[in-house]
Amino acid sequence: MELKRVVVTGLGALTPIGSTVSEYWNGLSNGVSGAAPITRFDASKFKTQFACEVKGYVPENYFDRKEARKMDLFTQFAMIVADEAVQDANLVEGSFNPDRVGVIWGSGIGGLRTFQEECVNFANGDGTPRFNPFFIPKMIADISAGQISIKYGFRGPNFVTVSACASATNAIIDSFNYIRLGMADVIVTGGSEAAVTEAGIGGFNALKALSERNDSPETASRPFDKDRDGFVLGEGAGALIVEEYEHAKARGAKIYAEIIGGGMSADAYHITAPHPEGLGALNVMKNVLRDANIRPEEVDYINVHGTSTPLGDISEAKAIETVFGDHAYNLNISSTKSMTGHLLGAAGAIEAIASILAMQNSLVPPTINHFTDDESFNPRLNFTFNKAQEREVRVALSNTFGFGGHNTSVLFRQFKD
Amino acid sequence: MSEIAEKVKAIIIDKLGVEESEVTPEASFTNDLGADSLDTVELIMEFEKEFNVSIPDDQAENIATVGQAISYLEEHAK
Repeated sequence: MELKRVVVTGLGALTPIGSTVSEYWNGLSNGVSGAAPITRFDASKFKTQFACEVKGYVPENYFDRKEARKMDLFTQFAMIVADEAVQDANLVEGSFNPDRVGVIWGSGIGGLRTFQEECVNFANGDGTPRFNPFFIPKMIADISAGQISIKYGFRGPNFVTVSACASATNAIIDSFNYIRLGMADVIVTGGSEAAVTEAGIGGFNALKALSERNDSPETASRPFDKDRDGFVLGEGAGALIVEEYEHAKARGAKIYAEIIGGGMSADAYHITAPHPEGLGALNVMKNVLRDANIRPEEVDYINVHGTSTPLGDISEAKAIETVFGDHAYNLNISSTKSMTGHLLGAAGAIEAIASILAMQNSLVPPTINHFTDDESFNPRLNFTFNKAQEREVRVALSNTFGFGGHNTSVLFRQFKD
Repeated sequence: MSEIAEKVKAIIIDKLGVEESEVTPEASFTNDLGADSLDTVELIMEFEKEFNVSIPDDQAENIATVGQAISYLEEHAK
């Protein structure tokens, strides 16, 4: 069967460096850091006392109080960005068949704050189970996709992908696949995460995964810098409206980019450590290029996973050199996590948006916080350090990798009829 | 109005996000105050917690209005 073309027709973002797509792009292009001391709880006893939180978030600005109370923060974030994307795509009633519109969302963890609060309440009681009836439907990761479908009446394929920090990219790839196979016309995809809680920070601290640079939060996320010491936990969400090309054309939708390939692989190596030679990362980039049927030389920009951990950054850079050969040195590479922090299951969503906006604006957002070169990286690699670089981006690749050894890559191309 | 009635109304206003004027004795949680089945379960749990009582399921089924909640709790609250 002939595969259908798949395009992106709407975007939504709620990030630590901007609460709409345009604010997000402003932050990205100007190299703004979203890191600051934690406000969501008293972190004074934690090894890491900062994170990239969504700034000035007030649920009542978006929801009525009763509605907000029934949704964990990660679902609230999902609803907000889905709404921005649906409006942006001008998905007005009558322009689509709701049975052919799906929601495929990504979240690595789901309602961690809800889970933590309910368990603490139980532990503080006398053993009588007084769990709130909304506990389970607030906490489960898939409720985000369910809530979006309920709000808009989208009755097509509906689920959430869970692959830790690769979750949202898995959601985008699934959406791309269902649409190119003709199983849906439009899919609301993306991801959301809200894990800046005692359990989230404490858990990642125990793994020694987080930066502990408490005296300088804004310079803590420094991918590919010699003194990087772990990732900075972020929160927020990103949404993309993914649509079959003829469907988009028929309703006169604006088209941001075409999705031309999705790649997946597993490290099959360790639960949290990346494969030292970047085997999984290498395979996933080969897979995505093969799926899109393009040559490595056609790629202009890679938005890397690049979390600012000592090992992960090295294996990803090695894999890029292996897959791209000499072209690796012509590419622009950047880790926008240097600005946004690591949004876990939502990372793939906001980084896909960063890649698409780089194409739209012919500007590659930087890897900020570069102070000292690390001899582990070939100096010929262009990590777009500290300042955005002008460049025509025809094809952009976005990588995300998750604990468990899940690797995902997605390729976007400038749209041409 | 009794202290219990005041507390019951406050819980209903908080959990269901309704106006005080809507919380009349005859008002039904589901028909008048917009509660779904989960909201109703949550309300009963809040009553149990606030008034330190245990409301068995078969009795909880008979608490469908504001007035029924108040009279049940006036009778059973410790």
